[in-house]
Formats: sequence, C-alpha cells, structure tokens
Amino acid sequence: MGTTVLERPAESAAGEDERVFVTLTVADQLCGVPVQAVRDVLGEQAITRIPLAPAEIAGSLNLRGRIVTTIDLRRRLGLPDAAAGTPRMSVVAEQGSELYALLVDQVSEVLSLPANTFEHNPPTLPPEWAAHSLGIHRLADRLMVVLDVARVLALAPEG
Amino acid sequence: MDDLLADFLTETNESLADLDLALVRLERTPDDAQTLSLIFRLVHTIKGTCGFLGLPRLEHVAHAAENVLVRVRDGVLAVTPDTISTALSGIDRIKEIVAGLATGGNEPAGDDTELVAALNAVAEGRGEAAAPIAPPPPVRETAPAPVAAAPVAVAAAPEPAPEPTDATPAEPSVAGQTIRVGVDVLEDLMTLVSELVLTRNQLLQLARSQEDSAFSVPLQRLSHITSDLQEGVMKTRMQPIGNAWNKLPRLVRDLAHELDKRIELVLHGAETELDRQVLELIKDPLTHMVRNSADHGLETSAERRALGKPEAGRIALNAFHEGGHIIIEVADDGRGLPVDRIRAKILSRSLATEAELAAMTDEQIHRFIFRAGFSTAAVVTAVSGRGVGLDVVKTNIERIGGTIDLKSIAGQGTTFVVKIPLTLAIVSALIVQAGRERFAIPQICVVELVRAAGGEGTAADRTESRIERIHGTPVLRLRDRLLPLVSLAGLLRLEQDAGAGEAGQCIVVTQVGAGTLGIIVDRVFDTEEIVVKPVAPILRHITMFSGNTILGDGSVIMILDPNGIARANGIAGTESHLAETATRVAVAQSEQRTAMLLFRAGGTAPKAVPLSLVARLEDIERDRIEVSAGQPVVQYRGRLMPLVALSGTLDTDKPRQAVLVFNDIDRALGRDRCMGLVVDEILDVIEDRLKVELSGDRPGLLGTAVVAGRATDVIDTAYWLTQAAHDWFRAGQKSGGSRLARVLVVEDSDFFRNLLVPALAAEGYEVTACETAIHALRLREAGAMFDAVVSDIEMPEMDGLAFVRKLREGGAWAELPVVALSARMHDGEMAAGRDAGFTDYVGKFDRAALLASLGQCLGENVHAA
Repeated sequence: MGTTVLERPAESAAGEDERVFVTLTVADQLCGVPVQAVRDVLGEQAITRIPLAPAEIAGSLNLRGRIVTTIDLRRRLGLPDAAAGTPRMSVVAEQGSELYALLVDQVSEVLSLPANTFEHNPPTLPPEWAAHSLGIHRLADRLMVVLDVARVLALAPEG
Repeated sequence: MDDLLADFLTETNESLADLDLALVRLERTPDDAQTLSLIFRLVHTIKGTCGFLGLPRLEHVAHAAENVLVRVRDGVLAVTPDTISTALSGIDRIKEIVAGLATGGNEPAGDDTELVAALNAVAEGRGEAAAPIAPPPPVRETAPAPVAAAPVAVAAAPEPAPEPTDATPAEPSVAGQTIRVGVDVLEDLMTLVSELVLTRNQLLQLARSQEDSAFSVPLQRLSHITSDLQEGVMKTRMQPIGNAWNKLPRLVRDLAHELDKRIELVLHGAETELDRQVLELIKDPLTHMVRNSADHGLETSAERRALGKPEAGRIALNAFHEGGHIIIEVADDGRGLPVDRIRAKILSRSLATEAELAAMTDEQIHRFIFRAGFSTAAVVTAVSGRGVGLDVVKTNIERIGGTIDLKSIAGQGTTFVVKIPLTLAIVSALIVQAGRERFAIPQICVVELVRAAGGEGTAADRTESRIERIHGTPVLRLRDRLLPLVSLAGLLRLEQDAGAGEAGQCIVVTQVGAGTLGIIVDRVFDTEEIVVKPVAPILRHITMFSGNTILGDGSVIMILDPNGIARANGIAGTESHLAETATRVAVAQSEQRTAMLLFRAGGTAPKAVPLSLVARLEDIERDRIEVSAGQPVVQYRGRLMPLVALSGTLDTDKPRQAVLVFNDIDRALGRDRCMGLVVDEILDVIEDRLKVELSGDRPGLLGTAVVAGRATDVIDTAYWLTQAAHDWFRAGQKSGGSRLARVLVVEDSDFFRNLLVPALAAEGYEVTACETAIHALRLREAGAMFDAVVSDIEMPEMDGLAFVRKLREGGAWAELPVVALSARMHDGEMAAGRDAGFTDYVGKFDRAALLASLGQCLGENVHAA
C-alpha cells in the first residue's frame, strides 16, 4: 500500500499569515487542500465499485481496516474521466467521523502560502468549480484552486 | 470535579431507573418494607451526593421527595396512588435536572417551588385524607411548611452519617466482582478486535499459499487466541434484555392512569442476553408495541367487566433464545385486531380490491397493519394513533435483520412475535458473485442454495431446477411451488459477464419477511465470518445494502440486504403470496426433497450424506494432521478435531485432504464438539428426495438411494461419529421396526434432529421433526396426527417432561406412545420420566434401543386400537 506519511510543517514555521496546503492536480489544474483536513495520501488502490451509487462515487477502499468511500474528483467537477489504466492517487479527508478519499490524478508537494496571495473566486468560474472552490491562490508560475472539502464531500443522497 | 460529576451522573441515572421500578412495585405492594427502604436509600444517596457536589436545586427537590418517603417508611403516611404520583413527579424533576446537568455541566435554571410545596403538602398529610397510622415516633420535629429547604432538613435526618460514603446501594458481594467500564471503551475494544480478526484472516490467507512456512504454527496460535478474544469481547457487550424493559412498568402505570384502564404487566425472560447494540435498537420498537397493546389492544375496565374478563388487562412480554436468535413476544389479552375496521381501511386507502380482500384470510388482513400510515384507532389519543405506527416498528426491526409477525384472535388478544439476531457486529455471510463483483449475503437470510440447470433441451428433463420465464420475469419451480427470482446483476445494473448464460448460475433462496425470494447470482464462493460496518452516510439511501465489510483478502465488499431487495421489487407488499408460508409451522418432512452432498471415498461409486448434517467442508493440508492416542486429529477452530477416513485409511501421499466436518451443538446440554470425515473428493450438492431404497447391512452405510438418477450409497453418520469418539453413540445394529407409522421427533439440537429424521426414515417411518415442544403443540392444535412421538428431555422453553405432561392432560395426542430421549440415564430421572407420562425411556445415542422401543410401542398400540 503506497502510503506517504506527511510531515506537517510546524505551526510556528507557518506563521500567522501563512497557510499550508497539500497540492494536487486534476486534469492538469493545480488544486490545494488545507493540510489540517488531510488524513492520508494514498497511491493506486484497489477500489470496489458500489452499484447504484451516484456516479461521483468511485467505490470503497480498505485503509488499514477502515472502509473509505472514494469520490472521483474529476466526476465531481464535471471533468472527463481519466484514460483507462492511468494510475491515480487519493487524498483522505475526514468528515463527521467518516473517512472519504478524493481520487485525483497526482498529489504533489506541501506548500506554505502567504495569505496575501489568496483571492476569492472570479465570478466567471464555471459553476462546478465555483461550487467546490473557496478561492484562488496566486503562485509564482500558476494558480491554485483551494478546494472546499466539506462541499466536495457533501453529496446529496439521491438515487 | 468533572470526573466526580460524571460518576455522579452515571450512578444517579442507574438509581433513577431503579427508583421508577421500585415505586411502581411499592404501589402494588404497599407493605413491602424492603422495597420501601430501597427507595429511601436511593433517594437519600442522591440527596447526600448532590449536597456534597454543590447542586442546590437538585438537593432541594431530592430533599422534599425524601421527606415524603421518610413519612411513608415510618408509617405516618399511607401508600396511595396520589402519594406515589407525587413522589414520581419529584423523581421526574430530578431526572430533568440530571439530564440538564449531563448536557450542560451545570444545573439548568428552573423553579421548583410548586413541586416542593406539593411534596411538602403530601409529606404533611395535607391535600389528601392520609391516614396517620401511628404518632410519628422518630421524627423529632415537624417543620412548618415554608418552602425553604433548610429547616425541613432536620426532619429528614434520622439516618446517621455512615451511608453517604457508601455510594452503591447494591449488594456488596456483586459490587466486589464488577467494575464500571465506559461503553466507548468496549466499543473501541470491539472495533480493534474486529480489525484483528480481519488481519488474522488476511494472514491465514497468505499463509495458505506458502506450503511449509515457519510462520504457520505461531499463526495458528495467533488465530486461536484471536477467536477467544473475539468471543470474550463479544461477551462483554451482552446485556440482559431486562435493561430494555426497565422503563416499561412505569410506562404502563402511567398509560393505565391516562387511559383509565387497569393493566397488569408481566415480564418473562428478562435475563435473556443480547448484544448491547441490538438492545439499544430494539428499545423503541418494544416501547411502541407495548404502548400499542395498552391503547388499542386492551379494552377499558368497564368493557372487560361486561365481557366477563378479569378487569385488569394483561400485557405479557416474553423473551427467549431460539437458534441463534432472540424471540420477543408482546402479548395482550384484549379485544384482538378488528378485522372489519382493517378491511374498511384497506378499501378506503385502495390497498386492495374487494375481490382480493374476499380471497384473503384474516391473518393476511391482519398483516396490513404493518403498512405505513395504517392506524385503526378511531380517536387519536395522546398515546397512539398518530399514524406513525407499526410500519415504523417493522422497518426498525428489519433494519437490524429481524422479522415481526403477529397472531390475533378476536376477543382473546393479539401477540406480536419479534425475531432478532443476537449480535450485529460479526455475522456469518455467504460470498457470491454477480457481474464480476462480489457481494456478501448474511447467512441468517439464506434458506438454501439451488443450482440452475443447463440449457433447454439437454438435461432439462432431469431436474426441475431450471429458470423459467413469464413475460421475461424469471421464476423457479421449487418443490411444487413457484419461487420468485431476481437477477442480482440486473437489479444492481452490473455489466453481465460475456458468455455467462443461465447454465451454472446459482439461486440463493432467501427469507424475506414471511416469504422467500430467490436471488440469481453467477457464482457462490464460501461462507466467511464478516464484521459488519455501516456504509457511509452518502450511500445510506441505497436500500439494497445493509453494510459493507473487508474480506480476508483485504478487499472491500458490500453486504446485501434481502429485505431491501424484496422491497425494491415490491415483494414486501404481496402478503397474499407470503402469508401461506408464514402460517405453516416449520417442519422437516422426510418426504421432502433433501439437499445431498455427493462425494467419493474408497471406490468410484458416489456416496451421499444429507447436506444439513454437514457443518462445513474443509480442505486440510496433510502436514496439519497429527496423531493423538492413535487417532488422527487436526487443530480446528481452537480445538482438536478427530478425523476418520471413510475409506479406512488416510492416504498419506495426498498433500491435502477433503474433510466433511460434523458439528454437534446441543444448547440444552451446553455441548459443542466436532469430528471430521476424510473423503477422497467432494463431487457436488444435489437436491433430491431422500428415499433410502434398501437398508444395507454393511457397517457405515444407511442404505442405497437413487440420487440424481444414480444409485448412491448414503452413509450412516451415526456410525462414523462413533468411530471418532466412542462415547458419541453406542454403535447400533439394525432391528426391524413396524412400517409406515408416523413418528414426530421433538429435538432442539439441529444435529440430532437431522440425524434422527433420515435414520428413522430409513426404517420406513414417516418422520416429522419439530425444533421445540411449543412447535409440536402447535402441530397438535393444527390437527396433525402421529402414531408415536420421540422427544428429547433437555430442551429450552418447555422441557420434555413438561411437554409429555401437557400431552397427557388431554387432546388428540393424549394416548400416543411417547419415547423419551435422554443423555442421562439415571434411575431417578427415568422414574420421573415415567411419572410424567413417557411410555419408554431411551438413551439419546442408542439408535438400536430407540428403534426397538418404537417398534414395541407401536406394536402395543396396534393391539390396543
């Protein structure tokens, strides 16, 4: 099981105006998840499909004896499916004492970003993105969407 | 301080529950000095502790309540419903304050002056004609009535100081051996053990692929310890069902006042234990059912008097274990269900047409009350009749894998029967595959497995197990009935495996409510012990699944809920199909088709054994077989299992041995043992009529039967069990019995029942089997007739002695010969048995003696007739 142990930068190093994110990519877009929300980062996993579940739910996986529901971030954001056979990674987050895994293309480094590079969503952002984004961080060479984990995980229970 | 408060809350909550019960008891038996002093002690402890913790409001109320109780205890006040009601209202207020404390950490604000005044008024004998029986000797001064608490405290202090330190008023002997553990600690422990079990399973799976690993021995040990640990932790979670009944006496008392009825509550089997989690989930449905019985079921006192019934209505709860389940009965002796009103309601809600109703039996109509929004109460009372009714009860019970049914006789009352599993945490499940995905089906729901036969023309005539279609809907002929089928792959919209035809598919026949439903799957693997985990909240709306789990190989699979599947297919609504099966008492008749396990051992001809006798099929590595006292044994599930080779000798060259495991569990005797029969090869499972054509005189064979069109030797399990352990049975030789006589076998052990039925059938008897004496009596009421009865002695619920006494009391079976089967052959017991009315007394394992005895009894009976 390709589990990476995350080293959380010490609070003092982060400072008052700095926020720490785990960065990930989905369909070439850089996204960030607040490091406090991340419980685990997983490599390629065996995922059991759940029949009749909403399309965004990729299935369940076994994380050290806990069953974790996996949500495909591409589908959640209305993006086309990844090419078959591409290895994907997962970010595990907790919500209401339940664990959820977000299936993404790639998880990269942990970044500490100053608060002054943060901006709210531009009004022209497509609705699928706007619904799941808290705002945008301006990085030197690219932009990072800050994912609203709670919203991403809030799948309406319908058939 | 926080810890102190937490301890206080736990203790006080327990005391309060006891108080409720004790007060209600006191009301019934006012002179019970013991109950009275218990009540006094409980209130006194609460008061003492809260004074110490600085909880003025609580102390104030507790003090005033204590005041009343002191007077009662000292005989100054008589116990009247008013006194008790006032005392109870004081207790209620204490509960409120304690609940507030538990949530907020502080006493909630509120004004108790009125209540305290009322309590004081009662304490002083005002407000009612309290009979001052004697002058109050120990009370030093009677405080005037000001609301202030402090002066009154003097009156309440005849008790010297030693007690407040003694926190638990319970029996000291018990207190010494128990400790209080938080439920969350147990829950965590359970989760950890569940994980351990899964990890163990994973390890075992890995080890199996490596033939001679150095790990195998310590792993075996780890495995056994894990099993023991699991069992131990499960035990810690067991609680007597009485805990869920604690609130009922108070509830019924209040209901009786509210509805102006007289109600007597009878509780049987309160000590029956079940898992904490199940207990929590069953509490509300039970409360609702009792409420329902009190409100709808029982008539008012006046009506009862007019009907010539005892004025006090009776609600009886009865709980007992039955085959891995708990049965809870809620019975009232009221008016019974109003069939006409239900019928009218069905019509007005167009749940069925007039013609359909006309064809329904009363029982079928009764079951409509489990439908949503079906309340027949003419008036909406505060108690029930609000439209949330029995459908909620039914759903909640089904959610935990239980079933509910009812019996109602007009004018005599209604009985609800709830059947629930002992535990939810770990269940045995059948692993199946459909459309390349695997699923688990809880074993409790599985009735049997049927293999669908191949295509149309080829072998279709050979067997009835062929899936047929009516307008595309699959059905199966099963024992002259049509079994509705659903395809799991179709239902779950799975991609069908290319080329997977209907040939080779399996049908899992499941019990849903009172009926059966066949689920078509592509493959059936094995049974596994699984730890049920709830599905994530975002998946809860998919009713087909009751949970998910992790298998031994680490993969996650979904657990199917047959009830959910049935509901999704609209099957739960078709009572008319199901009712018939529900009303039939479960009997296993030897004329019925029996699932047979076919195998090869010593020779090419297939041999067979009834599948129901076989506990498990195992594939055991040669290396694991050891020799102990000249007998091959294997470590199996934490104990040594003797092995017997059917062909006479163990083939030492084979790396693995196919083994049929026989398990004998007799709950009444607390016995649980097993043996393994080594065979060459397991061939198939086939369902056929077990008609042993010829009683062979070869040892170890019952005879020959035609199974699946081939002459097949049916092995005599009893003989082989004797080979494993000589005390298992005494080897018996055949003796001729009289023919074509009908014999009823009453035996609680599945194992012996399954053993006796074919053995007696082979002797030419027509055998019917019952699990309990209660079932047997039901058969009698249903008008069944037999020539002889064979009954076990040690049975749960009603033992053999009580059963035979019941038979001799009268009725159609009063003159029948009844042969007792007993494991213990003491002279004293035999005498007791004969006194009770048994015709003969035979050792449980002595088949020859049983056959001889039956022959004799029936012979005599024929002469007598």
